[in-house]
Amino acid sequence: MRLLSIAELDLALGGHLVLEDIHLDLERGEIVTIVGPNGSGKTTLLKSIIGALVPQRGCIDKSPGMVIGYVPQRLHLDATLPMTVSRLMRLPRRRPRHEIDTALERAGVTQQASSQISDLSGGQFQRVLLARALLSSPDLLILDEATQGLDQQGMADFYRQIERVRQELGCAVLMVSHELHVVMRASDRVVCLNRSICCAGTPERVAASPEYRAMFGLDDEDALALYRHRHARPSLEIAP
Amino acid sequence: MILDDFLVRATLAGLGVALAAAPLGCLVVWRRMAFFGDATAHAAILGVALALLLSTSIFAGVLVVSLLMATIVSLLSGKGYAMDTLLGVMAHSSLALGLVAVSFVSGVRIDLMAYLFGDILAVGKADLAVIWGGAALVMALMGWRWSRLLTATLNAELAHASGIDPQREQLILTLSLAIVVAVALKVVGVLLIAALLIIPAAAARTLSRTPESMVVVAAMIGVAAAVGGLQTAYWFDTPTGPTIVSLAAALFALASVLAYVWRTALRIMAARPERSA
Ligand SMILES: Nc1ncnc2c1ncn2[C@@H]1O[C@H](COP(=O)(O)OP(=O)(O)O)[C@@H](O)[C@H]1O
Ligand SMILES: [Mg+2]
Repeated sequence: MRLLSIAELDLALGGHLVLEDIHLDLERGEIVTIVGPNGSGKTTLLKSIIGALVPQRGCIDKSPGMVIGYVPQRLHLDATLPMTVSRLMRLPRRRPRHEIDTALERAGVTQQASSQISDLSGGQFQRVLLARALLSSPDLLILDEATQGLDQQGMADFYRQIERVRQELGCAVLMVSHELHVVMRASDRVVCLNRSICCAGTPERVAASPEYRAMFGLDDEDALALYRHRHARPSLEIAP
Repeated sequence: MILDDFLVRATLAGLGVALAAAPLGCLVVWRRMAFFGDATAHAAILGVALALLLSTSIFAGVLVVSLLMATIVSLLSGKGYAMDTLLGVMAHSSLALGLVAVSFVSGVRIDLMAYLFGDILAVGKADLAVIWGGAALVMALMGWRWSRLLTATLNAELAHASGIDPQREQLILTLSLAIVVAVALKVVGVLLIAALLIIPAAAARTLSRTPESMVVVAAMIGVAAAVGGLQTAYWFDTPTGPTIVSLAAALFALASVLAYVWRTALRIMAARPERSA
């Protein structure tokens, strides 16, 4: 059954068309990654899905009762706002202790429940935000460049965690990422966005497509290297 | 009756305002809206003037003008003017306009100082009813919307994803701000209302680990400042509103020093075992 269906979506910000004629369908349980250069409208698309931005044209059909877990690209916590991890996890709804512990464990941060948010590292904070998004048992998990600032190892761990979460919760995942080779490996489907969708499909198909190569300025060698990279290191492959 | 004592009435008035100001002041501090509270308060003097000209209740006049000004600023912000510029223009022009308008009120002898600095010792039973009515309304609003307000304060998109409309929460906050300004006018006056919002919250920050504990500590500091300031002003015959705010400022300084000493002590204690090891 289809989870989300976007059709003919146009969205303008400050008088400029940022998204144009977007069509995108999401099935339950699939991992879809949006790639695209800076300013190509990736964050804008995610914000329109959660309802924070209203499109000028087109429609976003959500399956009734769909719950979204959202991890924003950047979250600046004002220094004047005292906040512990466990309080953040209870916003906006109270949750029983064991649910919070499970979510923190799923996201890979167990020791930090009573820490101040301001004492966390960037990676820890991202994982706490992921845990918070998981608490609502989402049907759709939306991640906007969630691995920003993580090192290679941290990134690989993070995507493995996402895969595990998908298997445990059965949720679909829609994420934005710049780490092309990792993304390629971790997704069922890749969508290239540059104001409008220029190509989409399985990671192999997208990696081989001329639109994708043109967008990232790759020549044939680079694309081939990316593709090989994907197949050459099974140790990073996600266990089914 | 106990309410016949003007000191009791003044104390109760101060309590009401301090309690309502605590959650609101924290939200204003977290959202960096300090200047917004200030501007709303300045606009209140125009409300006083209009109420006197139209012979309506001061509370209603102040409420209407505060709400009007909050709405105008919300509508105009992001349309070419920076928020602080817009607030500066609105605040000072409505204060000036209010002072000019007051001069047209003939036949009525008004003590403008009472509105600029408040006159808590002159709080009557009707005033007390208005103050506690407004304060209770604001506290109920805050209690009802607290989770949503806090989530919207944290991040607008997170709020959206949880089904919360941050704009609606902003409106509720602005509304509450206008109510508290109207209610606090008699207690500390136009010039010091923002101080009563900001200073207890700022003092509470260093002593708190969660948003809620900050509100509770801010309330305690606000209440201490109001009650203590009232007594001090009474015994030393100083102006009451400014005395209350001065005491709040002293508590802020004390909290800052305490937090600094505490952190230093923790650092020294953390360093000691390393040396012995
Ligand atoms: N509030 C805004 N007002 C006007 N333009 C905006 C606003 N937010 C983003 N934009 C523009 O929209 C485009 C897409 O932004 P964004 O979706 O954040 O890109 P990405 O996430 O792909 O890097 C950019 O060109 C950006 O400048
Ligand atoms: Mg982005």
